[in-house]
Amino acid sequence: MNAVSSFFHGIGDRFRALPRWAKIVLAIAAAVIVYLLPIINPPLITTTDSDFGAVLFLCALYALVAIGLNIVIGYAGLLDLGYIGFFAIGAFTVGVLGSAHAKLPLLLCIPIAMVVTLVSGIVLGAPTLRVRGDYLAIVTLGFGEIVRLILVNADSLTGGSRGISNIPTPPNLDLFGIPHLVWDGFVAKVDLSNQTRFLQFGVTDSIPYYWLALTLVFIVLFLDWRMQNSRVGRAWEATREDEDAAELMGVPTFRFKLLAFATGAAIGGLSGALFATKQQFINPDNFTILYSVLFVAMVVVGGQGNRWGVVVAAALLTWAPEKFRFLADARFLLFGLALMALAIFRPQGLMPPRRSVRAKKADEVAPDQIDAEGVARA
Amino acid sequence: MPDTTPGTTPGSTPDPEQHDTAKETRGTRVDDDTVLGPDTEATPDTSVDISVEEVADLPKGKMLEVEDVTLRFGGVTALDGVSFHINTGEILGLIGPNGAGKTTCFNVMTGVYQPTSGGVRFMGEPLGKRQKFQITKLGIARTFQNIRLFHNMTALENVLVGADAHHSTGMFSALLRLPKHHAEESEGMDRAYELLKFMGLDKRADELARNLPYGDQRRLEIARALATNPKLLCLDEPAAGFNPAEKARLMELIQSIRDQGYTVLLIEHDMKLVMGVTDRIVVLEFGKKIAEGLPAEIQDNPAVIAAYLGVDEDAS
Ligand SMILES: Nc1ncnc2c1ncn2[C@@H]1O[C@H](COP(=O)(O)OP(=O)(O)OP(=O)(O)O)[C@@H](O)[C@H]1O
Ligand SMILES: [Mg+2]
Repeated sequence: MNAVSSFFHGIGDRFRALPRWAKIVLAIAAAVIVYLLPIINPPLITTTDSDFGAVLFLCALYALVAIGLNIVIGYAGLLDLGYIGFFAIGAFTVGVLGSAHAKLPLLLCIPIAMVVTLVSGIVLGAPTLRVRGDYLAIVTLGFGEIVRLILVNADSLTGGSRGISNIPTPPNLDLFGIPHLVWDGFVAKVDLSNQTRFLQFGVTDSIPYYWLALTLVFIVLFLDWRMQNSRVGRAWEATREDEDAAELMGVPTFRFKLLAFATGAAIGGLSGALFATKQQFINPDNFTILYSVLFVAMVVVGGQGNRWGVVVAAALLTWAPEKFRFLADARFLLFGLALMALAIFRPQGLMPPRRSVRAKKADEVAPDQIDAEGVARA
Repeated sequence: MPDTTPGTTPGSTPDPEQHDTAKETRGTRVDDDTVLGPDTEATPDTSVDISVEEVADLPKGKMLEVEDVTLRFGGVTALDGVSFHINTGEILGLIGPNGAGKTTCFNVMTGVYQPTSGGVRFMGEPLGKRQKFQITKLGIARTFQNIRLFHNMTALENVLVGADAHHSTGMFSALLRLPKHHAEESEGMDRAYELLKFMGLDKRADELARNLPYGDQRRLEIARALATNPKLLCLDEPAAGFNPAEKARLMELIQSIRDQGYTVLLIEHDMKLVMGVTDRIVVLEFGKKIAEGLPAEIQDNPAVIAAYLGVDEDAS
């Protein structure tokens, strides 16, 4: 089972060992390919039973969710079982301010949604993070459900179970069209009749939303990296390792836990806002407790604390059920079995963070050295 | 019984010192994804200058005063009217048989427990209800009787966490990579490497704490505590589990820490060892102070001898 992580770590090591220019070229190439996935429609990967662009949007959206939840669970070690609550608050903030009760533009709604979720994170976290252990899991579990019940019952504000429609879309640019590729076996052809307008946000084409979500994923990943590689990230890790010892080494653990919790909440709110503008219609049924479980599964499967791991897991767990749609309900059984197998054989997740090499400035280490260690440590 | 543990926050683990077997085993487990280095005893380099301005020019006299501290756990009186003080620049030994209350005394001094009555003054100021991390920032750092490193962090990172005690980089400085972030990161790195070198751990800086040999883990705890720039360093049986040669070497190391300006409070079981390094000694037994004085005086004190031999004073 270690083959999985040594494979990914091998990629990581080889990548880090490259000269700077090669790294930049490779990273840009990879990013371009990822952006163009729905245009390229690669056979085997593309989903035939559902709109590939829409699936990719969900992959990126849940990757964003997983990055946010990874800060809470992976870095700070706080088991948050109500993450869907923040997602829902973000979505409904956009719905209420952008459609139901005001007509604010989306680009204003999104930051407001993030502030609202940040504040709800603080309000929920301040009393619960002072106590330890299971309380947080129980309280957040309740929180996720309470948010949904409020959405159902606060009819005048949220439209109750009818929900909110006509949620604003991002501003359009509409500069040019990009034709898709179609595949005949493994031969690609340009399909001029099927074009994606750059950038036209609407119900007919999910691809611009995918690009938007993907861009946010990259931005948040970058900020996440900066947070983790700093005093803040160390404080989170120390707190998760041993809270008493951390406190006695001068870490104000409560403050840092609250920071992680609230940051996670704000990213959850951002994801919710993105979901709302893509759907243009939301109702409380979109935010059931099952999603909280799915989000936690993404973080755990990916390897708590590894940002790339949780991104890959989120994309995988979103893509696979769509890819294997033809299996109908059997895919949920397979999904459950796969999770159980993972829990038994690889409880640390597919790609647990490999901390032993993290402190090293990878740039300063010679490639052969890394290789030797990469193999030895795998 | 809701109020049997005075001063502890509800829900917190009652005593971080009590036998934490889970963590103990974790500390010695060898994980499959790390190579064990050669198990050689590292050599501390005591020529490294680890002094900091925090400990320079401290006023002579009493640095810390324990004033009539009593601490009861339900029916157990762990500390019973204990008073003593620590002078600036000295090594004070705190000794006593098992269960005498030495570790509990540490816990009171570092804010883990609030005393039932009495109090602790540091640099003339009462500690009051200060939180643990605030006390650390005031200048009291400690190690643990059961090693409590951050096991899944590297040795270097463990020390960096300690150094962060006197840093203030927050979310915004980190996100925007403000000059403060860079300044504190490089200060922390310098300090950490200096301390690792002093402790003889610099070659193992990038190894996970849990993969270090036992002795290195003990020394890493000291390095981590020193990184907080403490005025007072409290060591809870730092040589536990060492053989006599290792113990002697560690005692030399502790002396050279003192020589660089730090004040040290040392808990140690081994009477003979304590005699050699300490300036003064306080003896606890059953939560009471039974003696205090120069090592030579303690050695000849009948109450101490009785306590250590386990002889009931009334008998014989
Ligand atoms: N959290 C607690 N709850 C109840 N009793 C406790 C607690 N912590 C310590 N005690 C009791 O207080 C007494 C003093 O314990 P302490 O750990 O301070 O002794 P010590 O001098 O450090 O002993 P040792 O040499 O074995 O480390 C013991 O009787 C112990 O059982
Ligand atoms: Mg003890």
